[in-house]
Amino acid sequence: MEQTFESTAGVVYTETVVSAAPQAHAASAPYQLVIVQLESGSRLTGRVVGDRVSIGDRVVLAETRNGTPFFRKADSPPL
Amino acid sequence: MIGIGKTAFGAFADKGIRALAVEAIRNSLSDAGIEGRQIDAFYLGNFAGPSFVGQNHLAPYVGLAAGLERGVPCTRIEDACASSGSAFFHGVQSVAAGQNDLVLVAGVEKMTSQTTPRVAEILAGAGDMSGEGAAGATFPALFAMIARRHMYQYGTSREQLASVAVKNHANGAQNPLAHMRKTISIEQALAGKPISEPLTVFDCSLVSDGAAAVVIAPLDRAREFTSRFARVLAVAQTSDFVALDEKEDITTFDAVRTAGEKAYRGAGLGPGDIDVAELHDCFTIAEIVASEDLGFVAKGDGGPFAAAGCTAIGGTIPINTSGGLKSKGHPVGATGVGQICDIVMQLRGDAGSRQVARHRVGLAQNLGGSGATCVVSILGNP
Repeated sequence: MEQTFESTAGVVYTETVVSAAPQAHAASAPYQLVIVQLESGSRLTGRVVGDRVSIGDRVVLAETRNGTPFFRKADSPPL
Repeated sequence: MIGIGKTAFGAFADKGIRALAVEAIRNSLSDAGIEGRQIDAFYLGNFAGPSFVGQNHLAPYVGLAAGLERGVPCTRIEDACASSGSAFFHGVQSVAAGQNDLVLVAGVEKMTSQTTPRVAEILAGAGDMSGEGAAGATFPALFAMIARRHMYQYGTSREQLASVAVKNHANGAQNPLAHMRKTISIEQALAGKPISEPLTVFDCSLVSDGAAAVVIAPLDRAREFTSRFARVLAVAQTSDFVALDEKEDITTFDAVRTAGEKAYRGAGLGPGDIDVAELHDCFTIAEIVASEDLGFVAKGDGGPFAAAGCTAIGGTIPINTSGGLKSKGHPVGATGVGQICDIVMQLRGDAGSRQVARHRVGLAQNLGGSGATCVVSILGNP
């Protein structure tokens, strides 16, 4: 199913940078994990690609890998 | 509650899961002055014996080795880190309903035989493995995200988080059964190895082996066994979504608030009546959030409250006089019953240098996952 921009853009609700990763993700540590408040109203847990993000930053969905959404900082200024 | 028993919490390479559980159970039976064959039913809290040590079917495996009679119902209960809190809830319910007379409730976990990344992976199974787990969330990561949001909404500081660890280590250093019996300074806590920002290793509870057990009897029979029994004034268990991103506000645990409200109502008491509490400090932020959700302090003020010493022994509401999960240790499945044992020790006046001055009523709060299960027990003296 094709997802529209509107349904996959949102604002960072919370975030953390994981240093101590579980076995399956150890190779990619450290990595940033986010919960994104989507414009559709729901929240989604995913990872961050590119620049680090903070609470309140606008992000867009960059890609999905094995079901996990990867977000990147939106070019537009924070809300 | 007519008997309590614990093992020390720690890393015990020479003790298997069954030996740990049997040791705690025998201690609780001898504390109650009864024999294993007098027990009518057994509930065992255990989170991940099958993953940690490859052993399933733990309840009869442990129960019969501890001297319970063949034929007695033995049941294992799993509710993540609230497994033995949940076992306690169900044990109390069965006695209150008149189904059983003498009920044994225990909790056990054997964690230290696995590597740290493997432990993190097993623990992550208490979250939603299809969403947050697949994205690489560990439990420290989930609570780190809670901490970040709490800091953002309420101005909670890194130093306030660290003050919880410093206080719990100060208490645990005086507890002969604690895993890490050493004090730490605020500087040490702040400079700890980063685990998941903003949490350092000193914000996280310990990976431990251990077991704890209690014997429950109907109130009208308690005096047949001992004059030092503790009354179960109320015990409440609640649930919520497993995934953190399904909760509207992650700076509060709905399950904790509702379990607290139910338990206070059941006991006819309020937060101001509690003399001593064991709260589920799997992470420093968790103790702060629980102190707010249980009404010991206003929402958002838990950080300054802890930093001001209000939760230390001698403070307004002494929290985790045992050292908590942070210093006493967190053998996941044993934690809930372990907290209850620690409260009973305080009620009896047996807590030694950690004894609080007023000890008529105590509260234990056991949390599963990132708040999907909560058990709140309020205990009092006869």
